[in-house]
Amino acid sequence: MVTGGVDIGASATKAALLNGKGALLGSAVLRSGVDFAASANKALQAALGEAELTAGEVGPIFACGYGRGNAAFAAATRTEIACHAAGAYHYFPRALTVVDIGGQDNKIIKVAAGGARTSFKMNRKCAAGTGAFLEEMALRLDLPLESLNDLAAGATEEASLGAYCTVFTATEVLAKIRAGVAVAALVKGLFRSVVKRVLEMDTLEGTVVMTGGVVAHNPHLAVMLAQEAGREVKLPPRPQLTGAIGAALLARRSLEQDAA
Amino acid sequence: MSDAPPPIAATKLMKKLMAEHFLGLDRAAREGSPKVAWCTSVGPAELLHALGFLVYYPENHGALLGATRMASETIPVANAAGYSPDICSYLTADVGAFLKGVTPLTKAYGIKGVPRPDVLVFNTNQCRDVQDWFQWYGRHFGAPVIGVRTQRGVGPVLDSMVADVSRQIQYLVPALEQISGNKFDIDRLRETVGLSKQCTVMWRRVLEYGAKHPAQLSFFDHTIHMAPAVVLRGLPEAVTYYDTLLAELVERDKEGLAAVPGERFRLYWDGMPVWGRLRMLGDLMASLHTAIVASTYCNSWIFDAFDPADPFISMARAYLDLFIVRDEAFKERYILDHVALYGCHGVVFHDAKTCPNNSNNRYAMPQRLQDLHGVPTLVINGDLNDLRCFSDEQARTNLEAFVEQIEELAA
Repeated sequence: MVTGGVDIGASATKAALLNGKGALLGSAVLRSGVDFAASANKALQAALGEAELTAGEVGPIFACGYGRGNAAFAAATRTEIACHAAGAYHYFPRALTVVDIGGQDNKIIKVAAGGARTSFKMNRKCAAGTGAFLEEMALRLDLPLESLNDLAAGATEEASLGAYCTVFTATEVLAKIRAGVAVAALVKGLFRSVVKRVLEMDTLEGTVVMTGGVVAHNPHLAVMLAQEAGREVKLPPRPQLTGAIGAALLARRSLEQDAA
Repeated sequence: MSDAPPPIAATKLMKKLMAEHFLGLDRAAREGSPKVAWCTSVGPAELLHALGFLVYYPENHGALLGATRMASETIPVANAAGYSPDICSYLTADVGAFLKGVTPLTKAYGIKGVPRPDVLVFNTNQCRDVQDWFQWYGRHFGAPVIGVRTQRGVGPVLDSMVADVSRQIQYLVPALEQISGNKFDIDRLRETVGLSKQCTVMWRRVLEYGAKHPAQLSFFDHTIHMAPAVVLRGLPEAVTYYDTLLAELVERDKEGLAAVPGERFRLYWDGMPVWGRLRMLGDLMASLHTAIVASTYCNSWIFDAFDPADPFISMARAYLDLFIVRDEAFKERYILDHVALYGCHGVVFHDAKTCPNNSNNRYAMPQRLQDLHGVPTLVINGDLNDLRCFSDEQARTNLEAFVEQIEELAA
């Protein structure tokens, strides 16, 4: 049976439909906006359209993310922590550390070899090192968000940025612009800041998998995390969909448990 | 979800006793008799009662400011007056409320303000902030500020430490005699220490109802019913209250009432309550069928050492035995013992931004409990009073995910 997952995040709403073997049949990514219920519906409809399915042909749909309580069609809710763990484990079934960089939250989730979560950590009430940090910096630098990855990847130099706080980092960036530091070097420095915020949250164990929208659009973060941590970092095929895929997998698991 | 258990009837008596306590303090402050002593939460209240003072606890007032969420309006006033947002938010909420001319006692009891102190008596066993807090009021009212400076980071409680604290308590006597106008009477002190002992024994029995399966009371109940142990310690009223409450708990136990109907999981809470979000957190945990059955905070009003036969020494020992005074190894063992005693599936550490002394996650204790002892742990960031430091959504996601994790591990 087809099951679904919808991940209603602070920035984006993601939907995924999986067949009984866990293959992705349809998906969608939309901006969450201010009406989470409408965004969830739209994302689901778009995923149904891509999969060429009707709602009646889909079994349970689980919701996760900040807006998880707003999806009226959801059979149940799970946290995005559970869903990112399940989604990452689906692609890399072994002991993992999942690093999810979201719009406003970072999470580090440890998963045992059998798939059970053993611990997790979220960032504090502070958006330093999250997607919101890069969005704010892109605005300050007057750069399109989608240009950041190429700039960081192509940079031959890197600006050193020491501040923890997003606002104070912006002040540092402005000072460096006045000093003539190249924009690409600044962007690479900003990426380094994101990587440092992640690494100071928790230790890394097992295979490291990065998920979430930020790394989906900025895969050079994975390269830099690997360099900084001195270990390989893997990405699932659709990093931004990991939570929604995990939700669909948990929906399928609940079906199987009910059947048993 | 099953229905919530019926409310505890004894609460009415508690409200009456608390009203009498605050109205009595207000009357005494206005009439100048009996004298009013301000005291830190684990200060020498027994001695103050023995000398005839009415005792007022600013930390309790701080908690009331937090629980009513008035703190959000009063903390910035103290910040502007030079008290950092990084220091104790009981202090900043309380001083800010005074500067703003507001108190939750007005709505609750029709009282205009906190009672004017004749003396302020601290014990630094809680933290250093209490001294600075009392000094502010001492300067404002021109009242003497005296106290006890307790050792911190204590491993075994040594006789030399007990002797030191005991001597410091005894040195307070002449000043307190002068301020109160009453002569110190050792038999009166034995009586108040005896009443504190009775209170503590009964409070422990109340807390132990959390050890039942399912728990009959949760942390959120404890934060309400601890009030007499906090502000009426050393008085017969506290004993009366816990007598009444325990009799009711015996009956509720026979009926098999649970604090969280359908209890599936049990957690231990370390750190301060988030006073302004108790309802939200209580409802969340109930919706997760998870009971927080024990806490370091509510256990901190158990003072086993009180002994009327040796009042000064036993007071000193009771104030030193306290969790917050102890070293990291003691704290770790203490939490592990309580996790086992109460059958907890995990520990939630509240990292309170402005209360480092009650935030026991900061030296890797969660990691040690998890890695060395297999106890799942969670850290949530917040504060006792300053809701600027607390995110409802982050706390909700963290707690839900923690219960999911425990469920997965149990499966």
